[in-house]
Amino acid sequence: MNTNTSEMTDMGMIDNGVNVEALLGAREALTQAPEAAQFRWKATSRWMNGTHTRSNCKGFFGLGEEQSHKTEFSFDTDHPEVFASEDHGATPVEMVLVGLAGCLTAGVASVAQNRGIQLNSVKATIEGSMDLAGILGIDSDVRNGFDDVQVTFDVDANASREDIEALVAQSQKRSAVYDIVTNPTNVTVKVK
Amino acid sequence: MTAPRATSLKQAGPRGCSASVIIIGAGHAGLAMSRCLSERSIDHLILERDSVASSWRSRWDSLRLLTPNWLTRLPGCRYSGPDPDGFMDAAEVARFIEDYATLIRAPVQTETAVSAVTPAVDGYRIRTDRGDYSARVVVLASGAFGIPNVPAASSAFPETIAQFTTRDYRRPSDLPQGGVLVVGASATGLQLAEEIQRSGRPVVLSVGEHVRMPRTYRGHDIQYWLKSTGLLDESWQTVDDIVRARRVPSPQLVGTPERVTLDLNRLTDLGVALVGRFAGMNGRRAQFSGGLANNCALSDLKQGRLLSTIDDWIRQAGLEGSVSPAERYAETRVPASPRLDVDLASGEIRSVVWATGFRPDYSWLDVPKAFDPRGRLKHDGGVIAAPGLYTLGLTFMRRRKSSFIHGAEDDARDLATHVAGYLDGLAKPLAAAG
Repeated sequence: MNTNTSEMTDMGMIDNGVNVEALLGAREALTQAPEAAQFRWKATSRWMNGTHTRSNCKGFFGLGEEQSHKTEFSFDTDHPEVFASEDHGATPVEMVLVGLAGCLTAGVASVAQNRGIQLNSVKATIEGSMDLAGILGIDSDVRNGFDDVQVTFDVDANASREDIEALVAQSQKRSAVYDIVTNPTNVTVKVK
Repeated sequence: MTAPRATSLKQAGPRGCSASVIIIGAGHAGLAMSRCLSERSIDHLILERDSVASSWRSRWDSLRLLTPNWLTRLPGCRYSGPDPDGFMDAAEVARFIEDYATLIRAPVQTETAVSAVTPAVDGYRIRTDRGDYSARVVVLASGAFGIPNVPAASSAFPETIAQFTTRDYRRPSDLPQGGVLVVGASATGLQLAEEIQRSGRPVVLSVGEHVRMPRTYRGHDIQYWLKSTGLLDESWQTVDDIVRARRVPSPQLVGTPERVTLDLNRLTDLGVALVGRFAGMNGRRAQFSGGLANNCALSDLKQGRLLSTIDDWIRQAGLEGSVSPAERYAETRVPASPRLDVDLASGEIRSVVWATGFRPDYSWLDVPKAFDPRGRLKHDGGVIAAPGLYTLGLTFMRRRKSSFIHGAEDDARDLATHVAGYLDGLAKPLAAAG
């Protein structure tokens, strides 16, 4: 595939486990066939008891047809005991932080691979602050959701600090969850 | 310069005329092309909707070029005035281009508005309000600034908010008293935010992706370094991701006698409130992205890389001792919690200025082959997918400098060569048949 041997040797030493060629190929293919780029992600959920819900992800739509994960993934969400709940799982707002962590970190790995940066470790701490006066209806001026989200990356890689900062910045630029969290989205909720 | 062969048709007013090449638009790009075609003795005609350089007569009062006078040049013509380090205002640019049209004796047919260009057996038919023309080759030089890119959500703004594009805007005093939302952080957005804030109207500036650049660096105008390092000449074929490169907003520069650097920190010092990219409307609230910090971090990093490129070039050129030392600038200060929305019904904001760029207007180009499925002009360095069609003056068309006045020369020369080859190719089968 690669005709440039020296480049191949250089890049071949970098392995973050990301198939950048496949990603770039997909980008090219989806530029030519924009309709195949239309994806629809799905989750189903079932109330268990109290504030405990179990959600599952298996099928999704993309590349013009129904697709499926290798196995079905299951996630429990609940609230901790300080909320007088039974704590069967992470809170839904923590799941949002999990999504942001997963998305930004995947981006860091992909961009690093593309830029020829070997990652040794990538750790992130994500904190979202929230005033419960919002969801409890105590103060109508306080929003329900996070009022601030802080992400701190700790990256060990064969690159300068500036290159690592650029990696992290670029991963935000290309992140779906970062966009979902920072920009408004129309949401329609209805009853069947 | 050598005397061009083309003759002036300025007063001729022909109807149903044909030429080998018709250029649409008598701005700097169309005239540069005219000059390059004249050098090759290719007969041509320029159709101009208004008058030569007319788009420069409908700009805001304080506009000045982002490039210094010494860099302002067209094929066979350089700035020769008394202030090579100055920056032309719009009237001076219009005069410069008008003088150029006279100098090269450009065959311009003014006040001739093109309403349709359609393919014909022998090239293209050009319909105008002064009759039809035909040509084997058509060059679209009507500019990159046809239609303001105003977000669709602008229609959801309350009627009490006065809306301006950078085409309608002239001066701060035209805006109602009170707060102003300026959307866009290109050179234009920052320049207007500054003068509006200084007029006593508090500005909220919506900032998306942007390009930060100091006006001067190591004792020279930044354009001097961009030119010296070869960055202005970087080719559309070698640049990493040309699609992205063509969407990059203009660098945050302003041309002033003091050669000040215009950046977001300067505006923050003046009291301008920075918010994220305009995301849309929710009821009467304008919403902004929470990604402001990252956009500022990205542009700070990019500025750092640009300055390092310049520093490396200076070192390699052995000029380290003859220019002032390298500098780095304070990072962009972002408010701890930038506002995420503004209630447009509260009275805080009275007007909005959309400094969100422009797109070319090709509504009159009835050539389906020329467009991609999304309706964008499909071209390879100005050579459009439909044979015999060319364009000029678009952002990063063939080079990073393509959309600047001084960028027209090399592009026009390249395309004139292509046009000449194309016309020769058309002539050969005819000669064989004859």
